[in-house]
Amino acid sequence: MAQSEKKNVCMTQNHDVCKGCGSCILQCPKNALSFSDTVNHKGYNVVDLDQEKCIQCAICYTVCPDYVFERVEAK
Amino acid sequence: MTEKRIPELLVEPNKFCPGCGHGIINRVLAEVLEEMELADRAVGSLAVGCACLMMDTFGTDWIQAPHGRAAAVAVGVKRVRPECCVFTYQGDGDSMSIGFSETMYAAIRNENITAILVNNGIFGMTGGQMAPTSLPGQRTTTSPKGRDPELTGRPLNMINQMKQLSIGYLARGSVASAKDINKLKKYIRSAIETQMNGGYSMVEVLSPCPTNWKMNMESSLAHIENTVKSIFPVGEFVKNGERIDA
Repeated sequence: MAQSEKKNVCMTQNHDVCKGCGSCILQCPKNALSFSDTVNHKGYNVVDLDQEKCIQCAICYTVCPDYVFERVEAK
Repeated sequence: MTEKRIPELLVEPNKFCPGCGHGIINRVLAEVLEEMELADRAVGSLAVGCACLMMDTFGTDWIQAPHGRAAAVAVGVKRVRPECCVFTYQGDGDSMSIGFSETMYAAIRNENITAILVNNGIFGMTGGQMAPTSLPGQRTTTSPKGRDPELTGRPLNMINQMKQLSIGYLARGSVASAKDINKLKKYIRSAIETQMNGGYSMVEVLSPCPTNWKMNMESSLAHIENTVKSIFPVGEFVKNGERIDA
């Protein structure tokens, strides 16, 4: 689980379910997402989240067909 | 800001191809059912096609109909269990081709069910054959030179078929952008509210099939935005039984 923390919430990622379609990268308004060199157990290139650029708008949650992202309370 | 958690109804990761719109529609439907506190009395009717992959991953009760007959089976379930939220979830090949009759007659009788029809313009699971909704010029495995409307007719517009009927709710949404997905959620909520108050409701969803369109994600989303929406306009067409000329 990667996390970006700001304010009272943060975005978390579950790389195991990512299928590398890149929809989140295309639609992130802050260009905070990019393909990683890491490959998950299914063989897909997963997505890296830049914690500095992320504004927790959760558009990635909305557009992801594979439920990779969640916005949760920051610890 | 509030939390956004994956709905508990989605009990397993989905099994769709990368970039498929079904995953988003599944999540939106799960969110609406949970928010309306209908998750424990929702019954879905599936028939054949990629839609059936959600039977293992979406935690409501399911009943599988013969190919195309999901609406007929859903009507039966609703008539004997009127307290349940009964919906069909079908692709365009299933609901608008072999199941056209069942889909239409459920609407003609204004049955209290919600139909969710996913329109990706192709038969996905069987390998990308031409569907009734394939666009003119669209290359598929059975129209390798592009769909010829002179030979195979124009794409079937289900909304146009249904909007003159006496039904409760009719809308067409899309999953091409976050804005569209948020609107889709409102449409599905209105559709289920209509069913629970009495009346047929249908939401058609324009969805990408990058695998069979042989496009990447960027081209698929642009194709919906620039081409598919010009033939299948989005919006609400019937609300509270009143026709809206969207």
